[in-house]
Amino acid sequence: MAALRGVNISIKDLTHRYNPKCPLTFDKVNIEAEPGESLIIIGRSGCGKSTLLHIVAGLLKTTSGTLHLNNEAVQGPSPRWVMMFQAPHLFPWMTVERNVGVGLYFAGWSKAKAKERVDEAISLVGLEEYALKNTQDLSGGQQQRVALARSLVMEPELLLLDEPFSALDAFTRTALQKDVRSIAKKMGFNLLMVTHDIDEAVLMADRALIMAGSPGKIMHDINIDIPDPRDRADPEVQRMRKDLMQSFHEASHAPMDSSSNTQMSSSG
Amino acid sequence: MSNDNSEHVGGINSLGRPIFNWFAGLAILFSLWWLGGFYLESNPDTANFADFGPIPTFKAYPGLWSDGTIPSAMMSSGYRLACALSIAISCGIPIGILLGRSKVFKELSNSPFQLLRMVSPLSWEPIAVIVFLSWDQAIIFLLSIASVWPVAFATAAGLAKVDPAWFRVSKNLGASHWHTLTQIILPAIAFDIMTGIRAALGVAWIVLVPAEFLGVTSGLGFSIADARETLSYDHLTAMVLVIGVIGYILDSICGFIIKNYCWHRAQ
Ligand SMILES: Nc1ncnc2c1ncn2[C@@H]1O[C@H](COP(=O)(O)OP(=O)(O)O)[C@@H](O)[C@H]1O
Ligand SMILES: [Mg+2]
Repeated sequence: MAALRGVNISIKDLTHRYNPKCPLTFDKVNIEAEPGESLIIIGRSGCGKSTLLHIVAGLLKTTSGTLHLNNEAVQGPSPRWVMMFQAPHLFPWMTVERNVGVGLYFAGWSKAKAKERVDEAISLVGLEEYALKNTQDLSGGQQQRVALARSLVMEPELLLLDEPFSALDAFTRTALQKDVRSIAKKMGFNLLMVTHDIDEAVLMADRALIMAGSPGKIMHDINIDIPDPRDRADPEVQRMRKDLMQSFHEASHAPMDSSSNTQMSSSG
Repeated sequence: MSNDNSEHVGGINSLGRPIFNWFAGLAILFSLWWLGGFYLESNPDTANFADFGPIPTFKAYPGLWSDGTIPSAMMSSGYRLACALSIAISCGIPIGILLGRSKVFKELSNSPFQLLRMVSPLSWEPIAVIVFLSWDQAIIFLLSIASVWPVAFATAAGLAKVDPAWFRVSKNLGASHWHTLTQIILPAIAFDIMTGIRAALGVAWIVLVPAEFLGVTSGLGFSIADARETLSYDHLTAMVLVIGVIGYILDSICGFIIKNYCWHRAQ
């Protein structure tokens, strides 16, 4: 797939509430990012991470504040900024190949024209042998790979990921964390990802944003300057993980579990 | 098959047994029929009705086929059924989609639809005869009004089960409203629509025969009424059997389509 440019993200004083009777979901969120940067937002369940991601994807409207991608105000969903959800949500009446190509079909591509890009996306996530399979015959991890390929095939400038690996087993999760980061770096698009797993942030992000409070706010913005490939056992990774834990603890004013379990909560 | 473990412990092998039982069931039905015929024939009081038995009935088929009674009745009834089902499907699916997608429409239409649904289709016959120019049109109307509800309600029920995340995903990938309809909604509920169509076919087929008793001079219902008036009981039973067989075949075709063309995984 062609090497691509990422996108300049500029979020200024973004505020949101679901309806006038609801309290603010989050308040005055500011985020700036360079093209190609991978940002990960860490925060407890309910602090507004998914809502923020849906707004950036153009699937929800802002209440106030501005959101620009490459100096262009986001008006709605676009194949240039694609969201990947917590569950794969594949279309079970389509084969793997058809699922991956469906975005191109929506964009008016013919089957023949899309073929090359679809095949590339499928091989990027390592599912060549499954192209013609029914998605219901795939494991959870394989299904999430199909969902990833379905997003990648659009050659997005920004890939939004909402806790995409939280439902997967540890091995699959580790493999996908590595793959997504290396694909993003190779293709040059931005990642904006939400997680409640600190390890995930250390392994995948260029910058970690810690979100906390109600309404949610960005409390810390931490550079993660660790060379690739990152390994859990690397002392630098361990140190960064500690730092993030510390910041997270400060931000949330809540007692923290200091054991090796870094899952901040069990659900998103 | 579900509660029956005998296939695991021998006897007739698991593939052969259902086929064997299919024929055995038919054989039982025909034996009872034959016994009934035999009783009618051997009793002097009922000997006039001996033609109801299977042997006279089967003897009637070559004549009924070669004089065109069966083919023309099938053509007329088939035409009415096809028209009615087309109307029921093309009205039922949009109504079902509206029911499933619009709360207001659902609330508004609930009582009128439930009320209309509970009116026996045949009770519209006198009105239909006045409103429509031809008997054909009146019958098609009766069949349509009987079969539109299963399609509409099955479509709505299917929509209710559609994962809303599919709409988010498709919107996210740039689907237009048309794409959402043709690539997401319709395939997602194809199974439910087909199930509704199968039920609609069943209802229409049942309403068809009594609807053809009056007015028209063609069709399966007419040929039964005609046979009764001319006291040709062998013809009458022959046509009853034709109706049963065709209905069974049509229903099996629907079942086959449902099984083979729908994405739902069998449990
Ligand atoms: N559709 C909605 N209507 C009203 N409130 C909502 C809706 N979706 C989420 N919320 C509320 O907004 C807050 C943030 O939700 P969410 O963005 O899903 O948080 P997170 O992803 O960080 O767990 C929560 O308090 C949640 O209850
Ligand atoms: Mg969430």
